[in-house]
Amino acid sequence: MLLVGALILAASTFLLTWRGGSAPLARLGYRAMLLGALASWILMRVGAEWTASKEGLTDANLSWLDIGSTTADGGLVLIIVATVLAGLEARRGSGAAGSGAALGRASAVLVSLLIVAYLVSVWAMTTKPA
Amino acid sequence: VYDSLLLLHVIAAFAVVATVVIFTAFALGWTADARLLRVGNALWAVGGLGTLALGIWPAIYVDGYEIWDGWIIGAIVVWAVATELGRRAQVGYTEAVTHTERGAATAERQATGMHWLRSLAVLALLVMMTYKPGA
Repeated sequence: MLLVGALILAASTFLLTWRGGSAPLARLGYRAMLLGALASWILMRVGAEWTASKEGLTDANLSWLDIGSTTADGGLVLIIVATVLAGLEARRGSGAAGSGAALGRASAVLVSLLIVAYLVSVWAMTTKPA
Repeated sequence: VYDSLLLLHVIAAFAVVATVVIFTAFALGWTADARLLRVGNALWAVGGLGTLALGIWPAIYVDGYEIWDGWIIGAIVVWAVATELGRRAQVGYTEAVTHTERGAATAERQATGMHWLRSLAVLALLVMMTYKPGA
């Protein structure tokens, strides 16, 4: 939940920056990714492994568990890429036509994709399709 | 139907936590952007109403749960407390981002206190929903 919350904060800042170009918002987006999303991804992954081990699901072949693991692990790559892009945007400045603007827009797209992927995970984990 | 209700209930809970994360950015002084505040408020409106409505419905219709179960009543009370704390935080931050006078600083300090209390209430809510004490 914290991970998705941090991603929603980051996506909001990137989308608002996309429309208006704001250096403070660009910095906030970078912080949300670095201190929010990355840190809570680690917390989520450790918690997931611990729960799987406790429930004896470590070697289970369940589609809902596979969907969760795939989006979680694949999501880390996107989180790292989006964080690096957001960091570069924050450094270069994010005027609407500045060099950082394209980086911020790329971050916005990546983070939006991540939110959709994690919502699919929530669906799989909640409804547990066969 | 139960799976769909549960899914929407959980998604609403994600929106509630997203509100807490956004307000934390204000509490830490990382932003004072009025548009972001509106995003946070909208998420609480959707998530708050969603968690309540989509939580009460299964409690009435699903066997094994009753609306008068202690943990469900407790959760509704904590939800109401969190909503009121959030309203006060919302009012304080709205005042702080729209005014620059000295009074705005006081409003921001009070809003920050309300935000941290709401965060604790949301955490308590999640613990109750997960462990269902007394069920």
